[in-house]
Amino acid sequence: MFLGKIGNLRRWVVRMIRSDGTHAAIFLIPSLVGVTIFFFLPFGIGFYYSLVDTPIDGKFIGIRNYVDLLGNNSFRRAIWNTFLFTVLCVPMNMLLSLILASLLNGRVFGQRWFRIAFLSPLVIPVASIVLIWQIFFDLNGILNNWMNAWGVASKDWMEGGSALYIAIMIYVWKNVGYNMLLFLAGLQNIPIDHYEAARIDGAGRWRQWRSITLVYLTPTTFFVFIMSIINSFKVFRETYMLAGPYPHPSLYMLQHFMNNMFQQLDYQKMTSAAFMMATVIVMLVMILFMVERRFSRWL
Amino acid sequence: MELIRRLRERKASIGSTIYKSLLTLLLLMLVVAIVFPIVITVTHSFMSPSEIKIELAPILGAKSDEENADSLVKMLSEGEYVRLHWVSFQATLNAYYDILLRQPQFLFLFWNSMKMTIPIVAGQLMVSLFAGYAFSQLRFRLREPLFFAYIVVMLMPFQVTLVPNYIMANWMGLINSESSIILPGIFSAFGVFLMRQFMQAVPYSYVEAARMDGAGHFTIMLTIVLPMCRSGMAALAVLAFIDNWNMVEQPLIFLMDAMKQPLSVYLSYINEEDIGIAFTASVLYMLPAILLMLYAEKELVEGVQLSGIKG
Repeated sequence: MFLGKIGNLRRWVVRMIRSDGTHAAIFLIPSLVGVTIFFFLPFGIGFYYSLVDTPIDGKFIGIRNYVDLLGNNSFRRAIWNTFLFTVLCVPMNMLLSLILASLLNGRVFGQRWFRIAFLSPLVIPVASIVLIWQIFFDLNGILNNWMNAWGVASKDWMEGGSALYIAIMIYVWKNVGYNMLLFLAGLQNIPIDHYEAARIDGAGRWRQWRSITLVYLTPTTFFVFIMSIINSFKVFRETYMLAGPYPHPSLYMLQHFMNNMFQQLDYQKMTSAAFMMATVIVMLVMILFMVERRFSRWL
Repeated sequence: MELIRRLRERKASIGSTIYKSLLTLLLLMLVVAIVFPIVITVTHSFMSPSEIKIELAPILGAKSDEENADSLVKMLSEGEYVRLHWVSFQATLNAYYDILLRQPQFLFLFWNSMKMTIPIVAGQLMVSLFAGYAFSQLRFRLREPLFFAYIVVMLMPFQVTLVPNYIMANWMGLINSESSIILPGIFSAFGVFLMRQFMQAVPYSYVEAARMDGAGHFTIMLTIVLPMCRSGMAALAVLAFIDNWNMVEQPLIFLMDAMKQPLSVYLSYINEEDIGIAFTASVLYMLPAILLMLYAEKELVEGVQLSGIKG
């Protein structure tokens, strides 16, 4: 009787130790502790700031910061511009990098150097790249020199409506390699055996691509999508250095707004702007999350 | 019959050769468009500072102070456009010599960058491997909400978490030490997210079969899942390196000592005095990342083979 109980207990302990939950806890603890200290807690504190009237000894005012913000014209402009920029850039960049990755996945002449070449924009320091864009787009830059030869008057390209297109170009130029690398890794992650099996079954190239490559690339695509959005916020660095804190209205993004609020120490406005933005993205991510789960059931 | 078959084969191979050449040509054109700023950087790294100053005078002159501007620069800048020099008139290694031997601070800052980036990449690979495995292969309560929370914190712009991060770092006594940069870097949600996505491709039946044979999760992770996700690890190493090698904002806030700053901070605020050596510094700055890419890129050539792994 007693021995039996001990046996039960032992079995229970062994099962506990071998269970997924225990392993998950052990595997996750390092990451979880770090993320909590450096990301979850600051996130919470930031959220608190968005609900009070001043950061130090502030009174709780609920969603008033958010309501104020929605009435703010420059915020509304920033939201619209950011939305436009993201909608234009992210799909374009993802498509281009997927094509590049597919091309560079097979054996191509000079494959290795092509790959490195597309990655190289990521490692060039911002200051030197900004200098090069200036050489091109400045009032006295090369582009205007060419334009003059064609009889077009000089203009400051970072000032007019062209500023947005330059920002889009810089974004694609810089990030196409980033996404390409991820897609390449994703393509390598697909077991070759699936293709062999499909070929034996008589599936053509297009069929293979659609029902193997595309399906298996879903997790990667999901990741690339989110990183593309995050990276589209990072173009701010370049545009800021090219056009300053108050660029042409078409280029005034949420990042400019937040950075200016930060400079003015208007902490509440900044955090509520960030959380409003995050809410929108989170809803988007949630939908994608569900799509991905739908797809991964086919795997 | 035999002849027709051979002819057909040859026709097909000519078609594929044309296709491949066209493809290469297209890629070459794209590459040229992508690489030209890097080419400019490299060619300019061999120019003498005065040559660069004269070349860039039209765009610099307009901005610099009237009184402080070089009379030569000012003279050249009036009504003139930049004429880009693709090749230096007098190629010289002077700028390299200057940076590497006469300005010890450059190498010092370079070393600072290394000291921060390498631990971040190594740590992130480790942490992400374990956490990614848990999120993709283990079943536990709160798995989905927790993973979702990881994504959400990733999306926060740095300005939002900067002040809270500062408070936390101050509380732990990390301000002005490298740890205030290294620790958040190691625990970035980015790597966990990436590894989880790649480990999703490992069929659950593999892990299950190994479990049946009595293998522990640690063994499964190292011998089955990791080899199948080498491409993901390679991508993570490269992207994490690049991301941290380029960081500017965090070191500026968390490290007070100018001598503790990484090279990226120094290079992001090059003033017009130093413009002559900016390109040379950039080339040296790019080297470690390019070398890492060359090394990691090998992992992205061969796909995984399921049959090679015993379940």
